[in-house]
Amino acid sequence: MDTCPQTENAQGQNPNGNHILITKNLNAYYGSFLAVRDVNMAIAPNSITAIIGPSGCGKSTLIRCFNRMHEVAHGARVTGQLLLDGEDIYGTGIDPVSVRTRIGMVFQKPNPFPTMSVIDNVVAGLKLSRIWSRRRKMEEIAERCLRQAALWDEVKDKLKQSGTSLSGGQQQRLCIARALAVKPEVILMDEPCSALDPIATLKIEDLMHTLAKDFTIVIVTHNMQQAGRVSDATAFMMMGDDRAGQLVEYGATKQIFTNPKDKRTEDYISGLFG
Amino acid sequence: MLGALTLIIRKGFNFMMVSLCVLGAVLAMTLVCMMLGYILVHGITFFNLDFITNEAAFPIGTPGGGMRNEIIGTAIIVSLGTLIAVPVGLFAGIFLSEFASPTVASSVRFAADILSGVPSIVVGIFAYAIIVRPMHSFSAISAAVALAIIMLPVVARTTEESMRLVPGSLREAALALGITRWRSVLSVVIPGAMTGIVTGVILGMARIAGETAPLLFTAFGSNFSFESLSEPIAALPLQIYRYAMSPYQDWLQQAWAGAFLLAMMVLVVSLAVRFISRKRGS
Ligand SMILES: Nc1ncnc2c1ncn2[C@@H]1O[C@H](COP(=O)(O)OP(=O)(O)OP(=O)(O)O)[C@@H](O)[C@H]1O
Ligand SMILES: [Mg+2]
Repeated sequence: MDTCPQTENAQGQNPNGNHILITKNLNAYYGSFLAVRDVNMAIAPNSITAIIGPSGCGKSTLIRCFNRMHEVAHGARVTGQLLLDGEDIYGTGIDPVSVRTRIGMVFQKPNPFPTMSVIDNVVAGLKLSRIWSRRRKMEEIAERCLRQAALWDEVKDKLKQSGTSLSGGQQQRLCIARALAVKPEVILMDEPCSALDPIATLKIEDLMHTLAKDFTIVIVTHNMQQAGRVSDATAFMMMGDDRAGQLVEYGATKQIFTNPKDKRTEDYISGLFG
Repeated sequence: MLGALTLIIRKGFNFMMVSLCVLGAVLAMTLVCMMLGYILVHGITFFNLDFITNEAAFPIGTPGGGMRNEIIGTAIIVSLGTLIAVPVGLFAGIFLSEFASPTVASSVRFAADILSGVPSIVVGIFAYAIIVRPMHSFSAISAAVALAIIMLPVVARTTEESMRLVPGSLREAALALGITRWRSVLSVVIPGAMTGIVTGVILGMARIAGETAPLLFTAFGSNFSFESLSEPIAALPLQIYRYAMSPYQDWLQQAWAGAFLLAMMVLVVSLAVRFISRKRGS
């Protein structure tokens, strides 16, 4: 299996095949249940990687391993390695809290903090990880991140309103802005558009393209067209006979969609199951 | 034929059960209205400004007597009890909802439920044994401790329950931003649960304000105005109890006025709590 797909990133290059995120024999368990088995993949910086596959195959579980959110569930654990810039984030002495500031996450359902204003939502990650923060500075950062998330024009008059007073699509972009504010290197998105209408979805897809200039994006999606539209590389996962999810095929999106090497990928893409 | 019969039986049973439910509800409503009405009608005639601003008048029968000392005393022991119970209950509730493993949580929860089921007179005896006896005196502080013990499980459980109502997705969102568990509890979960927590504290205060049994051998009661936490202190429910037991017409009237004040307080608190939670709902 090809673990290093030749992807073209936003700058249209991927010199000497360097990778920002590399998984080595990654297994994820819930108690004794093996949910994801032996994943090896390497993700290029500034690329968008889509993870697709039938429901329950472990996509969410896998990307939650990427920022050590998997272990938050009771009894959940991970074995194997995950290298971020060459450093194993599951190594001894690595604090999961600091990993999560380097690898951000956007969830399926928009989840802004209802007790905070729009602006406080954006800078929550900064404010709540330090004792003291200057208001002016926070406002500057909030504006920058809201602009980056293509939300500024829509909310600049509502900055003091509750984060939940926005529309669903706006809330999701607010959550993206919130993730950007802590300046992560990688942003994980778990079906970020599944609760949104087509127009809001398109906005977020456009946004992803812009963001890929500065960040590396990994997105889980059920929407095959979306994977085809936005991603440089695609990973196809499926449940094995032992009910553990595994990586079936991983490669450049074009290749996966036009010329899959694995029969199961081909069947899934052409809609035979899933 | 058989089908028709079972249908009749099922319908009859259904009707009977619904009627029983309605009857229960009506009975409960009637009881509340009757009790409140009775207290209001009897109490309000004897309730006046003097009742709040004056001390008991001597000798018995002198007009213009009131329960100022008792009202102040109750305010003091309830505030002090709240001051003790709220931090402990808050931390216990936070622990239960956020940090305890399921097995630990269920045993702590069980303990809290037992504590809230302990008859309040037993709590009074306990406070007597651990504070009054060693100090060789009835005291305001022992009363506050007894009331705090009664209030503790109320605060702990309402805190826990309102924090559980905060969606897990918000905790995840905070964790994924690199915020520590404790900070996310403090800045995300607790603000989300605030109205519930405040409601619990207010209900707990209303509950202990009317407690009488545990005050019998802790606060003990006093005819004098408040001086020290280590001395006996006057309390409204205690005085109501003593006056109501007395043969004097004057004292009986004072007891009615006191009951009126307590009932009004509980009523106002319940309405306030409803108002708070209504506002959260919208
Ligand atoms: N908290 C949990 N405890 C135990 N098992 C879990 C837990 N979460 C998920 N699983 C199991 O792990 C497997 C993978 O679940 P996961 O949520 O990763 O799938 P998914 O590919 O994201 O599915 P979907 O497309 O429906 O979101 C499933 O078999 C699921 O039952
Ligand atoms: Mg999922």
